[in-house]
Amino acid sequence: MFVEPTFADLNLGVTLPAVWLLVAACILLMVDLFLPDERKSLTPYLAMGSLVISFILNLFTYNPEQTTALNEMFKADAFTGFLNIVLLIAAFISILLSTDYLKRTKINKGEYYVLLLLSTAGAMFMVGANDLIIVFIALELLSIPLYILAAFRSLNKEQVDMASKSEESGMKYFILGAFSSAFLVYGSALVYGATGTTNIPAIFESVSVIISTTEPTSSPFFLLAGAGLLLVGLGFKVAVVPFHMWTPDVYEGAPTPVTAFMSVVAKVGGFASLLRVMVTGLATFTLVDGDPAAWQTTITIVAIATLILGNFVAIAQRNIKRLLAYSSIAHAGYIIMAVAAAGTAGVENSATQGALVYLLAYMFTNLGAFAVAMAIEKDDGTGVDLDDLKGLAKSNPMLAMAMAVFMLSLTGIPLTAGFVGKLLIFQATVNAGLIGLAVIGVLTSVVSAFYYVRVIVNMYLDVDAEGDPAAGATPYLQWAVNVSLAGTMILGIIFPLATNLVSMVQIV
Amino acid sequence: MDLTTAVDVSGLSLTTITLFIPLIGLFALLFLNGETQKEQIKWTAFGFSIAAFIASILMWVNFDASDGGLQMVQRNDWANIAVGDSTINISYYVGVDGISLLLVLLTTFIMPIAMLSSFNSQIFEERGREKLYYIFMMLLEFAMLGVFVVHDLIIFYVFWEVTLVPMYFLIGIWGAEQRIYAAVKFFLYTMAGSILMLIAILYVGNTAGTFAAPEVTAMVQEYSDAENPDATFWDREPVVAETAEGEEVSEEEAGFLFTSVESFLFLGFLVAFAIKVPIWPFHSWLPDAHVQAPTAGSIILAGVLLKMGTYGIVRFNLTLFPEASVAWGPTIAALGVIGILYGAWVSYAQDNVKKLVAYSSVSHLGFVVLGIFALNAQGVQGATLQMVNHGLSTGGLFLIVGILYERWHTKEMADYGGIWKVMPAFGAISLIITLSSMGLPGLNGFVGEFTILLGSLGSDYLGFFFTLFATIGVILAAVYLLKMFQHVFMGEHNNPLSNTEKYKVQWYEMTALVLLVLVIIWIGVQPGTFFNMLDQSANNIVAQYSLEAQEVLGELAQKVVMLGP
Repeated sequence: MFVEPTFADLNLGVTLPAVWLLVAACILLMVDLFLPDERKSLTPYLAMGSLVISFILNLFTYNPEQTTALNEMFKADAFTGFLNIVLLIAAFISILLSTDYLKRTKINKGEYYVLLLLSTAGAMFMVGANDLIIVFIALELLSIPLYILAAFRSLNKEQVDMASKSEESGMKYFILGAFSSAFLVYGSALVYGATGTTNIPAIFESVSVIISTTEPTSSPFFLLAGAGLLLVGLGFKVAVVPFHMWTPDVYEGAPTPVTAFMSVVAKVGGFASLLRVMVTGLATFTLVDGDPAAWQTTITIVAIATLILGNFVAIAQRNIKRLLAYSSIAHAGYIIMAVAAAGTAGVENSATQGALVYLLAYMFTNLGAFAVAMAIEKDDGTGVDLDDLKGLAKSNPMLAMAMAVFMLSLTGIPLTAGFVGKLLIFQATVNAGLIGLAVIGVLTSVVSAFYYVRVIVNMYLDVDAEGDPAAGATPYLQWAVNVSLAGTMILGIIFPLATNLVSMVQIV
Repeated sequence: MDLTTAVDVSGLSLTTITLFIPLIGLFALLFLNGETQKEQIKWTAFGFSIAAFIASILMWVNFDASDGGLQMVQRNDWANIAVGDSTINISYYVGVDGISLLLVLLTTFIMPIAMLSSFNSQIFEERGREKLYYIFMMLLEFAMLGVFVVHDLIIFYVFWEVTLVPMYFLIGIWGAEQRIYAAVKFFLYTMAGSILMLIAILYVGNTAGTFAAPEVTAMVQEYSDAENPDATFWDREPVVAETAEGEEVSEEEAGFLFTSVESFLFLGFLVAFAIKVPIWPFHSWLPDAHVQAPTAGSIILAGVLLKMGTYGIVRFNLTLFPEASVAWGPTIAALGVIGILYGAWVSYAQDNVKKLVAYSSVSHLGFVVLGIFALNAQGVQGATLQMVNHGLSTGGLFLIVGILYERWHTKEMADYGGIWKVMPAFGAISLIITLSSMGLPGLNGFVGEFTILLGSLGSDYLGFFFTLFATIGVILAAVYLLKMFQHVFMGEHNNPLSNTEKYKVQWYEMTALVLLVLVIIWIGVQPGTFFNMLDQSANNIVAQYSLEAQEVLGELAQKVVMLGP
């Protein structure tokens, strides 16, 4: 019997951080419309203000309890709260990066910030999704604004080259993204067919029924196929091999602040759902009793392929944006190692905690690296080759120092945030008994050192080069770099900070 | 090891103070202006390195040589790392025993000398950035001291990896022509080695439930399984199983070497250390790094950085993995001996002075490795003292090469000759340092090498041939070092400087040389002072390897002993 839910049942309070952002985006769209042209520069401030309010709301609703809302469709636990913080900081830094960039590339439109907020809200819903339907809707809310943002540079018709690249980027992202959404929906349908529910905890409960039943039934195979299709759909969002093909082109063509934004936000959303679906939903799904989860081997193979391809192909890149694109594929490989480790009983929570710390570390570091790339980028979109970094240590020592720290952090050298993330993920992997995967993880880190160190070589060791003064190093961008640098260093040096923050996270 | 003293200690210990002085120095440097306050920067950095030296002398004064355990210990909980549903604490755990203390003293002694060598150096005229240079020096000293005093495996790894960064920049920014190649090679090579250690460390921590090395050591030593006497702490199901068709000893041994968990863990640590030492055949980064590094970088590299590897073997491989140390010992010692001969041979073939000295490191550190894997008190004591000796003599040789290079701008031996005639005092001191590196009785090198050879001769695990070949290495050392001395200092002076003022050795160069020579002679004539410091600590580490103790280690070790050459 269907009972009409009361308003109290919806428990809207805990969804406020995400819901507020949706509301704020709609308001901002209206406000921007009525702002006179000379006051248009207010829009980014308003967007940042909404993020700050959402951040405060998130602190109020941050709780270690497993609270659900919207008829059990949304979960507000420490996992949600932590990743919301990551997303909000990422969006905030992205806006800092965008304001001056949009002006100097002449694509300054208020809708940009609205789309950015909508996308962030989508990622926040994805993080809290407790139901496959919400996963899908939130994924679309996250993605559709990103398609538009990727093509945003086509607004400036004067620069034909960049406009067409950006258009291509948006179109490519859109078509492949739509394709992958179809996989996600089909996967959800198959899982629904096997378990009779789309609610993730309910799936978890019916999984134990399915695997314990002795009668011949097709449910396990539907479940297996469904899990596989879900992996394809979400794997596309987080750009793991073999679903990574779009990444370099889209990253290169999109306006750089959008690239920075989506390299973090889409990953956070995708990995959050991957963890929720695979670990919370299907942790006990095995075909042979006593084995780790059935999807562990598949994800392990995906992780290995991602680590190897991402890191080795990055070596050949000459363009910083493409290098960071491949490096982001490689980092998806490290994070998905944690998902693989979470397939072993008993390691679910510690692996998830590792993934969260890694995402936080990756957020600061990657945004910082993109910020420096933007600082040296010229107005016409050129100037982002590795060679353009030469002499930066002389022309702008602060930026060069920051970039060096970001590169060391991406490599995983101690005293930077990247090391803490890697340490926790390797710990979970070793703990889960996946020693081979851990060894491949560390060895590919050495490979990654090769191309990250080359960036430092270009900036510092080439002492004769005279660098151009970094054109895009505006005050806002400097602030973005400083915030990222502070985050990277503080997390790296005082690493109990990160481990204590996530210690409340319980995913199963 | 007395764990009760190791745990309940609070407050700042002297170890902590010594460790953090360079870091405070680094922060102090940040407040100085790199363009206008070059003199202040130099003296601030030098002052902090002297302060660290004084603090380490205080540690020596407070050190009780009759206690082989850790002293001046401080332990504070730090971060919790999740393992399954529980957590392991990563603690700030510092303390010194004799071996650590001696290496701390070496570090704090070599650092001011390295800084003296770069006072008014030409590299700053060409490349500038004094402030960055001294910041990296301070960071390097902090990280190296950390490696020697920290006993929590994760924190050890942190310090270990951090040493890479400043050294990479020192070579890369202030090095010679091929510096970029050398710096990148140094970084990648050593990182590749050490990162596998991280996996081994995590495995150790997950198995033992703690990352504190002394606690793990105690667990390893106390582990026994009444039902299964062959089981070890790492291999609860021993690999020494019976094969289907009549088991043979050699197969069992091969099984242990290549299938047991302990063996893999041992190798995980060893590869990291072996690359740093470097043990032949992992040495190929060393000549590049040494030749391209600025003088101070070479002095620190040879003086301290390489010792981190041999120290790590003594501190972790020998204590955590006793069965694997016994099983792998002869093999690694053999690599050490090959290194002795190979290093000497290649040294002799060099025309480049700096390369000659660099390869001599491979040879000298081969002795250290041999001494360590003799697995007896003499071997380990000799090895530790030899680490210090090599730091002083080879550091001194690099200083000499650096002083010459400042004046003649060449590293080719053929371009020198007759230096003694034009720089007599410098020539005399160089002779002492060269002789010390050669192992002349009365100087430090002799004491270390002699003790190592005694140790390897008396070893229960190494055969006579190890000692024999190593002794040949001592003779070869005389050959290549005398060749160098002859080409550089003797003969005719064909390449006179246009500016005769430059023949004068500067006060800072002379101070550094004289300090080195004083310590070289001190160790040479009164080694007892230093052996006394090492005695109990070395015994502590090797006690379990005496044959009587082997009962505990199970049959495996016995069989390996019988197999030995």
